[in-house]
Parts: sequence; C-alpha cells; structure tokens
Amino acid sequence: MTHRQLQLVLLSGVVIALAILPRVITDVYMLNVLVLTLMYAALSQSWNILGGYCGQISLGHALYFGVGAYATSVFYASFGITPWLGALAGGVISMLLALGLGYPCFRLKGHYFSIATIVIAEIGLLLVHNWDAVGGALGIQWPIGPDSWVTLQFARDKAPYVYLALGLFVITWLVTYWIEDSRWGFWWRAVKDNPEAAESLGVEVFRSKMAAAALSAFFTALGGGFYAAFVSYIDPESVMTFRFSLLFALPAVLGGIGTLWGPLVGAAVLIPLTEITRSYMGGSGNGLDLIIYGALIMIISLAKPEGILSLFHRNAKPDARP
Amino acid sequence: MLPDDHATEGGRALLTVDRLTTAYRGLIAISEISISVARGEIVVVAGANGAGKSTLLKSIAGMEKPRDGAVSFLGKRIDTLPGHEITALGLAYVPENKRLFPRLTVADNLRLGSYLHRSKPDRDAPLETVFTLFPRLKERLGQRAGTLSGGEQQMLAISRALMTRPALLMLDEPSQGIMPKLVDEIFAAVQSIRKTGVTVLLVEQRLAESLDIADRAYVLQTGRLVLDGTAKEVRDHPDIRRVYLGM
Repeated sequence: MTHRQLQLVLLSGVVIALAILPRVITDVYMLNVLVLTLMYAALSQSWNILGGYCGQISLGHALYFGVGAYATSVFYASFGITPWLGALAGGVISMLLALGLGYPCFRLKGHYFSIATIVIAEIGLLLVHNWDAVGGALGIQWPIGPDSWVTLQFARDKAPYVYLALGLFVITWLVTYWIEDSRWGFWWRAVKDNPEAAESLGVEVFRSKMAAAALSAFFTALGGGFYAAFVSYIDPESVMTFRFSLLFALPAVLGGIGTLWGPLVGAAVLIPLTEITRSYMGGSGNGLDLIIYGALIMIISLAKPEGILSLFHRNAKPDARP
Repeated sequence: MLPDDHATEGGRALLTVDRLTTAYRGLIAISEISISVARGEIVVVAGANGAGKSTLLKSIAGMEKPRDGAVSFLGKRIDTLPGHEITALGLAYVPENKRLFPRLTVADNLRLGSYLHRSKPDRDAPLETVFTLFPRLKERLGQRAGTLSGGEQQMLAISRALMTRPALLMLDEPSQGIMPKLVDEIFAAVQSIRKTGVTVLLVEQRLAESLDIADRAYVLQTGRLVLDGTAKEVRDHPDIRRVYLGM
C-alpha cells in the first residue's frame, strides 16, 4: 500500500469513528463541542490551503466566513432559498471577493500581507455593522420551522449537525489530499518556499497565490453557511470578528501547518479545551480562551514549530540519509 | 571592440543581447552589453567579482528589469516578459545560490521543474538524461534537498532546470563552493548536456577550466564588455594570460 492509499484508509477509519460518536454521546453539550471541533477542523483545513500550502498567512478569513454566513442567512430568511444553495452562493461571492482583494494584497509580502488581511476583515465587519439591508448591528434571525434537511434546521437532535460538519471536513480534506499530489500543490509549496526559484521554473507566482486564495475563501464561506444554519441567528459580532480569523489559523498551526492532518489534530486539541474552559468559567472567563491561544502559540513556536504532527514523523529528521 | 559577429551570421542566434544596461537604484551594474549565443554552443561569460556577470544572467532571465537594450530569444523579444514566461519559452536559469526547495525531496524538486509540461510522458522524459548525467541523484531521490552536499545540490539545481526541457541553459557559477573533484564532474556534465542538444551559457570565475569546455567567451570588467572571441583567442590574449591565468 502506498503512502497516499494509507491516508485514505486512515480517513475512512476516522470518518467511521466520528460517525458513530453521535450514537454513543447523547449529551447535547458534548455534541455541540463535537460539531464545533469538526467545523473548525474543516475551516482550518480551508485556511491551510492558502496559509499552509501557499504560505500566505491570512488573518482575515473571518471576512469570508461572514460572507458565507450572511449570504446563506439573507437568502434563507428573506427569500426562503435553501441554505444548501445559499452557502454555495456565499462560496462563489467569497471566491470573487478573494480574487478582487488578492489583486492588490498579493503585491505585499510576509507580515505586510497578514496585516492587510486583518485590516480588510475589520473594514468588512464595520461595513456589515452599518448595512441595514442585512440587519445591521441587529443581525439576522432565521425563521423557526420544522426539522428538515432542506432548511438544515434541527431543534431537537444535534446529530445531523455532526454529520454535516463531518461532511464539510471530509470535503476539505479530500480537496487538500488532491492538492498534495497536483501541479497546483507543488506550485504552491514552491511559492511558499522560494518565490524567485518558483518563478525561474515557470511558476506563475501571482496566479498561484490567487488560485489558492479563491479556493480557500470558497470553503471558508461554506463553513460560514453551515455555522449560520447551526446557530440560526447571526450578527456581525458573532461571525466576523478577529477571533474567528484566529480560530481558523490556529488549529493548522498547532497541529502542523501545511499538512493533511494538522488542522484536525489541532482542532481536536484546541476547540474542546476552549469550549470547556469557557463553559466552566462562565461569564467571568471572558477572554480566558484568548489567553489559552496565546500560551499555545508560544509553546508551539518554542517547542515544536512544525506542529503536533511532527512528533510522529520518522522521516522528518534531517539526517535521514539512505 | 565590436559586438560578437560569429554567432549572428545567417540569423542562427538562439539568444541575442543587444546593448543591455541594468542598474540597481541608479547604480549601473552592466552597461551596453551585447552578446549572442548560437544553437549548440557552450559560451562562457568570465570576469572578476562585481563585473556584472550575474546581473547579465538575471537580466536575461527576467529576474531583473533592464533599464535599456533588448534581449531576443528564438527570435522573440523577451526583455519585457515576466520570468515564468521566459522559462516557458525554453530558457532555463540556475541562479548562483541554487535556490532549491530544501524541505522537499530530491524527487519533488525535480518534479517541480517538470510541471511546465502538461502530459506525464512529457514531464518524465528528461529524467533519464538527468540520471545518466548525475547517477548519484537517483540514489538520493527520497532525501530532502536540504540534506544534500553542496555539489549534489548543484547537480540537483542543474537537473531541475533540465526538467523544464530548455533550449538554452544558463548557469551562474556552478563551481562555487564545491569540492574540486565535483567541479570536474560538473564541467564534464555541462559538456554532456550540450551533447543532448541543449545550448549552454555559463558564468564562471574559473576561467581556465571553463575555457577548456567553451566554444566562445566574453570577458566583462566592471559592467563593460572588454573582450570576446573564441575560447582559444581569449585564452591566448596577452591581457587574459597575465591577469586571469597568471602566466
């Protein structure tokens, strides 16, 4: 069995195990944590396409998440269009937005690029805040209806959301899996490692970055659409703040940036940890999760800059001569 | 001295550089350089440190924008094209610092060179040539490029450029920082590369060795072309014998 086939087997195992979990866990709170963990794994996997493989560290992905959430909510609440289509529309809008924003932003390098992404996401947040057509600061409440796979509303049973989040994760995983062995994947890693060398091998650096940004934004918006359906009420603060941008980047960084399994491993550590501390501390724990993120970033960058996954890599040692 | 006319006769020139001037922040690095390379040649550009040899190659490869002058490759103006398009036309450039992808394996580095071509047979075709030239790369395929020795990294950089299936290969000081035994191997490889139909433009400080394998040579001094001719003419020139060859 090749290394790549092994990955697919591993995915099947993980998916089966996670699909069984909602049958075992009945506690609504725990299911909630599971949904969020899988959702952030999928979102971090999307972020990883641009941040991990192409090396363009975006800290503004909350913008695309918000666009996905808002598109889905507006289409559903105002026009009764199913969130399945709404999320896809959000994905396409985000993709176009990423291309439009990438055009000026990819002329910036390294930290300057990251700062630009933060600023643009904050501008997006302010715009939505003041845009009355999409509810302004009040946000959008999803109309209450019966449980249905068409409207993605499940009031009693949380298990469908687990399957949806799992589905989203599997899709982003498969996209990443395809990337790893494709021309784009190689080009992106080349752009990340050394843009000048990539250029000298015939890689269109600018177009490569644009393609990675568009793909990454598309799947981030799908995640936003899912989240809107899951919480059935959104406002600017609950989908577009900087905290989300951080939460998309962090699992990948924690688990292993630019790796296939890093986002899931990172999310499995990070999300339960923050959700549980948040609920135990109640209102007094406001901001504690940010302290945890900060501490984790420091620990990872000092002890294991390549992430948790690098602990298991035999061939990652530099002296691996045959 | 007049620009070279050996290679331009009958329009056989693969590469023509016409009065090229490149400046860094107003500082002229090369001034009105004219050279030409005909198909099947090995041409060496020699000169001391800071003579502008690397700037010349970078300007041809599209890594530096020339201030003035023209570069034509296969009869097409390329001095306004971005680097990746120049590579796609069949002009491969191996920079001085090699610029490998250290975290990728040797195989993946080679693969990156080949992605210019769409079909898999097209992509894999140059592999055989590469392994004949540098058998030791075949043994190291699964190893990360960053763990190779200096000489092996140079071999990989040249091989990666060959994977783009170029008509012209430009090498910037391939002998730099490499143990003497491997330098001979690399110079021998350059000759073999020419036999596979690839034209070579070589920048070197090691004048004696490069004149042994070259057909023609250009000598630069502080950004200007001071001498050109066949390898023999340049080797026998009194100034060259005195200044560069220590005779």
